[in-house]
Amino acid sequence: MEETSVMEMQQVAVASAGPKKIVRAEDVNWSVAAKDFWVVGGLPGAGKSDLLATAAGLIPPERGKHTLFGKEANALTEEELVELRARIGFVFSYGGRLFQHLTVAENVALPICYHQNISPAEAANRVEPIVELAGLSEYGHLRPDWVPRYLHPRVALARAMALAPDLLFLDNPLAGLAPRESRWWLDLLDQLAAGHPLFEKKPMTLVVGTDHLRPWREHGRQFALIQDKHWFALGDRAALSSISNPLARELLTAEGFGN
Amino acid sequence: MPTFSSGATDAPSEGNLFPARIPRRFLNAVGRVLLGLTNTIHGLGAFILISLGVALTKSGLAPRVIRPLIRSQIYRAGVRLLPMVGFLGFALGFVVIGQTVSLLSRVGATKYAGLIMVSSIVRELGPLATTLLVLARVGTATVIELGTSRAMGEVEALEALAIDPIHYLVVPRLAGIAVAVSGLTVYLILVALISGYLFAFVQDVPLRPEDYFGQIAAALSWEDFVLLGIKTISFGIIIAAVTCYHGLAQPLRLEEVSGAATSAVMQSVVACIILDAIFITVYLVM
Repeated sequence: MEETSVMEMQQVAVASAGPKKIVRAEDVNWSVAAKDFWVVGGLPGAGKSDLLATAAGLIPPERGKHTLFGKEANALTEEELVELRARIGFVFSYGGRLFQHLTVAENVALPICYHQNISPAEAANRVEPIVELAGLSEYGHLRPDWVPRYLHPRVALARAMALAPDLLFLDNPLAGLAPRESRWWLDLLDQLAAGHPLFEKKPMTLVVGTDHLRPWREHGRQFALIQDKHWFALGDRAALSSISNPLARELLTAEGFGN
Repeated sequence: MPTFSSGATDAPSEGNLFPARIPRRFLNAVGRVLLGLTNTIHGLGAFILISLGVALTKSGLAPRVIRPLIRSQIYRAGVRLLPMVGFLGFALGFVVIGQTVSLLSRVGATKYAGLIMVSSIVRELGPLATTLLVLARVGTATVIELGTSRAMGEVEALEALAIDPIHYLVVPRLAGIAVAVSGLTVYLILVALISGYLFAFVQDVPLRPEDYFGQIAAALSWEDFVLLGIKTISFGIIIAAVTCYHGLAQPLRLEEVSGAATSAVMQSVVACIILDAIFITVYLVM
């Protein structure tokens, strides 16, 4: 039976990672259904990264109920958590937190080799198509130091897609990118949302955090805003044209990176 | 009600050898040190237990990934140190025999040369010198590598990939460094024993090789082998766990990594010496 809700938050308070817990958003009520394409906007420092990390199960919520694929995240055993995390991909912002001691291909191969207990050579037939999809074939044998910096997010994306996740989180993927590179990302994400042949044409559920809503208004399907520690659902594409929130209007119309 | 003035002490009163009041600042400083020490022992102890627990419970998980990492650590902490450990063993053998044989010759007690080599090299200097060498070569590098990884967010990236960071980063180092310290210690001991006899031979000490190695064999018991194995593996686990703890347990900024490396080395040395003292007690009881 196909799951309808892949992630749900009820009255969740999102706290920052680290020893000092600072509440970044309160009373978040958010339901992500299968095949959704959510775009969450907000000013830099508003808490989008912490929100996405909490939604992905990487940071426990300060309070409230958080479920992943119908299971409450706090009540999972370690085995269940590992199984769920393998269905979730996460692309970190600003470089993607690549493993510097591994090559591009090894970065992508690591989750496959670890979870399926195979060697990198045996994983090659799965890694190469993903690396090619990310446009990184000529960099596969290089370490991140030798890869142009603007391609680091692509490596992070390839690594996040290695296990063919059902749910993919992307934290500000267009930050600092030139227009052509941004268009590449938007086109690929559209293909993933519609169902890419590499992943058996199964639509991927996407959740994007962004400083600018404008590049996403023709690509995302559901939109939200995080402002002053509050979560606001903005609606679908049609609702964006009649939005009244001043910050949302600013993020929808402002010129900036990734446009 | 008497109050303490900052930094002031009362002069000893007549007939009383001790000051009437201890300055609060001094007590605060002692308290902070003790509290810091307690926190460190608590954190380290918890980290070691967690790491050993993960090593045991996930021993069968992803062997195609973890075993190459262990081999890599054995190579880095063991094989690459063979020349240096060989040199150290050679020097130790010369030093110990050089210092003792000349004294023993004066009192006609060269029959104790083998016993001295066992007591000093096999039981004490061999394991400790090897551990300190491995710590210097690999320990600081481990703190820097893991601290940098932590600062760059690679630990969170592993968690996002459903990979246990302790299993991937710490367990291979625990196993690899423990094996390396054990193997290198045996190697150092063998080189030291041989070089010790070479010195005696060069110095025309009246000691035949069969007598020398016979003395060593007679001085060794099965407990020495067991305790040597336990000691060296323990030393290896300690330096691996302490260096991994300082690299991983706390979020580090890049500028804090060098300080963490220094702390890790000092704490590893202290922990190994304390453990060594425990083993001395065991030897004395034997």
